[in-house]
Amino acid sequence: MFQTVEAFYNGFAHGQLLDAILNSLRRLLIAFAISISVGLLLGFMFARSKVIDDTLGFVVIALQTVPSIAWLPFAIIWFGFNDKSVIFITALGATWTMAIATRTGIKNISPIYIRAAQTLGTGTGWRMFTQILIPGAFPHLMTGIRVAWAFAWRALVAGELIANGAGLGQLLQDGRGLGDTALMLTVVIIIAVLGTLSDHFCFKKLEDKLLIRYGLENQSK
Amino acid sequence: MIDIDRVSKEFNQRDGSSFLALESISLSIKEGEFVSLLGPSGCGKSTVLNLVAGFDRSYQGAIKINGGDIKAPGPDRVVVFQEHGLFPWLTVLENVAFGLKQKGVGKKERSELALEQIRAVHLSKFADRYPHELSGGMKQRAAIARALIMNPQILLMDEPFAALDEQTRLVLHQELEDIWLRTGKTILFITHNIREAVMLSDRVLVMSTRPGKIKKEFVVQAARPRDSSDPLLHHVEKSIMECLADELEKVVKEEMGDDTYSLKKNTVSDRNFGGMGGGI
Repeated sequence: MFQTVEAFYNGFAHGQLLDAILNSLRRLLIAFAISISVGLLLGFMFARSKVIDDTLGFVVIALQTVPSIAWLPFAIIWFGFNDKSVIFITALGATWTMAIATRTGIKNISPIYIRAAQTLGTGTGWRMFTQILIPGAFPHLMTGIRVAWAFAWRALVAGELIANGAGLGQLLQDGRGLGDTALMLTVVIIIAVLGTLSDHFCFKKLEDKLLIRYGLENQSK
Repeated sequence: MIDIDRVSKEFNQRDGSSFLALESISLSIKEGEFVSLLGPSGCGKSTVLNLVAGFDRSYQGAIKINGGDIKAPGPDRVVVFQEHGLFPWLTVLENVAFGLKQKGVGKKERSELALEQIRAVHLSKFADRYPHELSGGMKQRAAIARALIMNPQILLMDEPFAALDEQTRLVLHQELEDIWLRTGKTILFITHNIREAVMLSDRVLVMSTRPGKIKKEFVVQAARPRDSSDPLLHHVEKSIMECLADELEKVVKEEMGDDTYSLKKNTVSDRNFGGMGGGI
């Protein structure tokens, strides 16, 4: 217990822990941004085109069952032992969930909104996507984003354990190398705390606010 | 204005067969006219509206709007739906301004125009509320304001008041008549409520079911604004009721799947009469 507190203090005092957190977060955010955009785009295509849904959609569901860490050997061959590999598998971990959530969200939009929008002149392209499909699917998207965030964290730490570069996963690996369980426990605690905080203060707040606005707050309980 | 010429529409059913929803329907609506399509549920009246709106483009025959073909749904023929269709993520003001935003009207200008329109349907106090905070009647008013702001030549209304309670409906009938008298829009109104059709329309087209056809046309030549106690309206209402009796029978038979059931033969009350005074 005391050792862990000490490891905390030392880690922050020497800047090594803070450095690792910032590095991990940077990778995470890049990967997260990629997976959200790609996921949205894929989900949109699945929801709008039956042909794509029947072909590519099936592949995505299959891919979702593959743990993203399984792609790390490929990533290392393609990108080498660096940031890119880690970002690649982190993004891969979150994209499929996001795509499936987007697809469900868009498919569940009441057709009346889409018709109403068309008669008001949105057409069926970009304006329909940004002004109707995204806000209409938002309750589902929010769930997708939260799950994607959790998946991204897992993939990130797993990736960092193996690939190079300063980061929380790397720190864990260092701890193992040194036999320093206090450091390892510190890292695990930090990961849990960061994940909870970001979920609670960012996504949960946003979700609650949106549900009230959509008049759905009673259904969520 | 709206010309529907021998339009038929088939739906493919799940078992592979096809179902004829509309059979060779022809009707034309002049500019500024208020026309109702009336019929029992399942007669294809909403299908007609969907075709005119451009939601569905697979049909036989021709539909012309001002002599032109229908390519896609658009702001010249705004639809007001039964379930209002307001976007739940936007306030009333943003909902009403939505169409103008698509046209590229600036933010300040469209807010002003939207507020004006909201005032016209008596919702000023609720402009910054979200749709789920409004009552059914208020939602429907907001939906009408959202349609009117586009200044469409044609307003397509698909059973807009069907989900409202009776009192609210009566108020909205008056408001709609006011709006129509003020703006002179062409309105195609879909309803299954005979009273509503007679109260509001210049012409009522009664549809028969399976397959959907236009059975009879009734011209309502009562004075505007309409007065619900006008005997002429009651007369037309009665004629429509008689015209629809056969149709209702057909629907009842189909839904009950029972050929012996009949609306006309009221066996229950007959038996009562027979028994009355029998024991004296």
